[in-house]
This record gives sequence, C-alpha cells and structure tokens, in this order.
Amino acid sequence: MWAFLGSDCLFFGSLVATYLVYYGRSKQGPTPHEIFNIPFTSVSTFVLLMSSLAIVLALANLQRGSRRGLAWLGVTVFLGTWFVAGQGYEFSSFVSEGLTIPGSLFGSTFYVLTGFHGAHVTIGLLWLMGLIGKGLKTGATPEFAYNVEYMSLYWHFVDVVWIVIFTVVYLIGAAP
Amino acid sequence: MIQQPDGGSHVQPDAGTYVRIGVVLSTVTMIEVAAFYMPFLRLVLVPLLLGLAAIKFSLVAMYYMHLKFDPRLLAALFAGGLLVAGSLTIALVALFRNL
Repeated sequence: MWAFLGSDCLFFGSLVATYLVYYGRSKQGPTPHEIFNIPFTSVSTFVLLMSSLAIVLALANLQRGSRRGLAWLGVTVFLGTWFVAGQGYEFSSFVSEGLTIPGSLFGSTFYVLTGFHGAHVTIGLLWLMGLIGKGLKTGATPEFAYNVEYMSLYWHFVDVVWIVIFTVVYLIGAAP
Repeated sequence: MIQQPDGGSHVQPDAGTYVRIGVVLSTVTMIEVAAFYMPFLRLVLVPLLLGLAAIKFSLVAMYYMHLKFDPRLLAALFAGGLLVAGSLTIALVALFRNL
C-alpha cells in the first residue's frame, strides 16, 4: 500500500503541477477569486479531516476487538459522503456560473485535479462500505482490523491530498 | 502494543491522542482560513499557508498513518514518492512559468 501511495503522490503531483503551470493564464471564464466560496470549502475540509479522525478511532477500536469500530467506520462513510456531496454541489454551482472544462484553462485544470480527488474519495467510500459489510459478518477479528488498517492508509492519503489542494488551489489560488 | 496477523507488532497512540491531533488539525484549518481574510498578512500569506499545510500533512502522516511508529522503510517509500512529486511540480512550474 505504501508503494502504491508513493506512486499516487506522483499522479497528484503532476495534476497540481499542471494546475500551477496554467494558473492565471485563462483568457476567459471566472477566476478563482471570483468563483470560490472559501467558507463552504472550509467546512468540506473540516468534514474530511474529521473523517480521518473517525477512521483512526475505528481502527483503534477494532484492534482492541471492539465492534464499536464498525460504528466509527459508518461515521467515516457518513462524513466522506458529506464531503463528496459538497464537492458535487460546488461543481454544479461553478458550472452554472460559467466554469466548465472546455471553457477555460482554469476550468479544465481545476476540474481534472479535484475530480480525480473526488473519484479517489468515492472509491474509498465503496471500499469502506464493503469493509463494513464484511465486518458485520466476521466481527472485530485481528484479520479484519488489519484490512481496515490498510484501507485507512488510503483514506488518510486522500485526506492529505485534499490538504494540499485546499491550500494551493483554494486559499492561495483565490487570495486577494 | 498492537499485534498484527502476520506476526509483526508496533506501538500505537491511544484514542485521546488521536482526538487531540484532530483538534489541532481543526485549529490549524481555522487559522488558515482566518489568515486568508487578513489583508495585513498578504505579503506572507503564501509561505504561511504552505507552512500550515505542511504541519497538517505531517500530523496526519506521522500519527494517523502511523509513520512515526512504523519501520522506516515504509516512511522511505512514501517520502520517496513525495519527494519525486514535489520535485516534478517545482521543475514543471519553473520550466513553463518562466521563473
């Protein structure tokens, strides 16, 4: 998993690099400063950070053999779904304000970067739901906790990627 | 001490530590957003935000991803990818933004 995460760093690094190379070079369409809703995205960021807390608490409980860990996995799914729904709402509001993939360099680089991140979160949610289903059958065994530990590494990675995206794309990108 | 099914074991923080880390992460996020709205920080905003992001990144990687408590090879695998990604980003920006 660590080797995969190292390679995924390269993937997101190239997308962030592309965003930065084309930053400020759009000749049309809304700019980051005009379109971003920082308070809304800040809440999404907080939600994703708390989902990382939830999954690490899930793991801690499962490693002690407590089925309460499954409830914390459910909390993680809830928070992750909240984040993805927030991203979906944000994308739809941006499109209605004229920010589209073919419309500008900013639009294409922004949607590709955040869209791939959203896809990673969605895959993580499906993985989590599968794990919860398995956990309900097997209980909080050491083997199940090991599987959750693996999955949690992926989830935390998705969170740290968002830390970078929120800072570079939203805060620095939209700074006055 | 947590025993793994493959026979390995490692020390991990308790739930209280995880919650405290979560509080720190939330606080740093609030500081970032507050700094964004402070005009007098404009000159130092970019390094400040990057520094705060690095703090959050490190806390999640070291404590939530347990890198602090795991064998160093795992940290090297992740850090290696991170280093290449960071270097790639800097190189592409330097090449194509005429720095």
